[in-house]
Amino acid sequence: MADSTMSQTASVSPGAPEISRLRLPLHWLGVTPFFIFALVFLILPTVGLIAGAFKNAAGDYTFDNIIALSQPKLAAAYWVSIQISFVSAVLGALIGLAMAVAVVRGGLPPWLRSATLTFSGVASNFAGVPLAFSFIATLGRLGVATILLRDIFGINIYSLGFSIFSFWGLILTYLYFQIPLMIVIITPAVDGLKKEWGEAAATLGATNWQYWRMVVIPVLWPSFLGTTVLLFANAFGAVATAYALTGPSLNIVPIQLFAQIRGDVLYNPNLGYALAFGMIVITGLANLFYILFQRRAERWLK
Amino acid sequence: MKQGSRFWAWLVFGVGTTYFVLPLVATFEFSLRKRRGEYSFDAYRSVFEDPNFQATFTYSVVVAVFTILLGVLLVVPTAYWIRLRLPNLRPVVEFITLLPLVIPAIVIVFGYIRMFGSNSTLPFLATARGTDALLVIGYTTLALPYMYRAVDTGLRTIDVRTLTEAAQILGAGWTTIIARIILPNVLIAVLSGAFLSFAIVIGEFTMASLLNRPAFGPYLQNIGANSAYEPSALALISFAITWGCMSLIQILSRFAPRSANRPN
Repeated sequence: MADSTMSQTASVSPGAPEISRLRLPLHWLGVTPFFIFALVFLILPTVGLIAGAFKNAAGDYTFDNIIALSQPKLAAAYWVSIQISFVSAVLGALIGLAMAVAVVRGGLPPWLRSATLTFSGVASNFAGVPLAFSFIATLGRLGVATILLRDIFGINIYSLGFSIFSFWGLILTYLYFQIPLMIVIITPAVDGLKKEWGEAAATLGATNWQYWRMVVIPVLWPSFLGTTVLLFANAFGAVATAYALTGPSLNIVPIQLFAQIRGDVLYNPNLGYALAFGMIVITGLANLFYILFQRRAERWLK
Repeated sequence: MKQGSRFWAWLVFGVGTTYFVLPLVATFEFSLRKRRGEYSFDAYRSVFEDPNFQATFTYSVVVAVFTILLGVLLVVPTAYWIRLRLPNLRPVVEFITLLPLVIPAIVIVFGYIRMFGSNSTLPFLATARGTDALLVIGYTTLALPYMYRAVDTGLRTIDVRTLTEAAQILGAGWTTIIARIILPNVLIAVLSGAFLSFAIVIGEFTMASLLNRPAFGPYLQNIGANSAYEPSALALISFAITWGCMSLIQILSRFAPRSANRPN
């Protein structure tokens, strides 16, 4: 992407008027601080880590660290992370879409729509340590909802195997920022469903179900998929919520990496770099798919 | 059929609302239980009286303010210049501003710890002040996607070229143009980006914790591990701060100009 843009810039400048050649240094001066900042504090640190992932302690190039990621504990960490991110992304996307459709198209009072969007803006940014506190106060062993369910309905969720510190507890907590993020991103796409399409479908004799299956779902599909992978990346990189909820015990990649940075628990700094490299690869792929799907989706939003 | 779909809409909305409101209500109820047998605001009092709360919160507010300043200094001239002179570079800059969404915060800070150690050419981590600066820089990268988008949206609504030419004819230099013409015109957009940055930065845990800074996020985590009712009070305080920031953004957006005189 960057390459094509650079060549584009190069091909444009010879055709530009003479004055611009005179001002060329000044042109670039304007954006130099930004590029230096991005280079020193964003790109070089990351590239440094990636390079470190392919070196051994002596500084020689090797694939050993990448291969070492397959040791049972780390492979399990990636697997659990992927599962948590995947499940919370898919559930968050489905529920978020349902809520977006409900408030935009469901015939609910208009003020509910703006209230929902405002709340979603807040809740999608309400992640991290405080969110974990809220869920412990709600569904922890002595949480308000846990006690209510036990005393009023006679359901002891903890004796049924539920725990807020478990896989499903973490997903339930992640949904608190995943669903609102989905609502915030998908609402414009739901808005983009034109009324005329529904009328046209009805004129042609389509049932409600046919309208959904042949018009709504195909139009929303790219936005839906794109946002789902974005939610996946969002959950995959989240550290604070999981750390505050379960402490260092849960075996997921961000927490493993956190422990590694704190105290080199893997006894091999380069393996730590490989762990970080793996995270970049996964979130990078997710974002790549997001961009591709989003491009496809924009066709309908004009 | 219409009636049926409305029923489903209400059902979905009701279940969703329960899921979102219940934890807030439960957290509030829990936070009032500090005194045995009756509701009280003791947990809040004990939080506000805690010197560590005051110290860490003040520290995070100061860091947030510097983050916003650095973000504005970095983003406003760049976005302006890209619009005015280097539109071809826009995809590159946009791509860079999206990178912090691709690279998780924990990876960025890991890179910093590796690259800016005491023995490096840029030994940020050698001193406490240097580490503070590095935290501000790290937060600036986290807020970069939001800040850039906000400012760029703001610039879209003004006629950058005409304003610049008019200022130049009157003899203004670049600093004057950016500080006294462009910035006031996109102030609302800049403030939106600033409040969003504030909401992101104020309770941030990962970077502050790994850089060992006495910020609000690590304090929250520490309280959570050591006391029962105060975490709930703190969770609600944090929620209120986030809510406040988002409300300010909404209020500000009402004052923002809707369309450009000449969209470019």
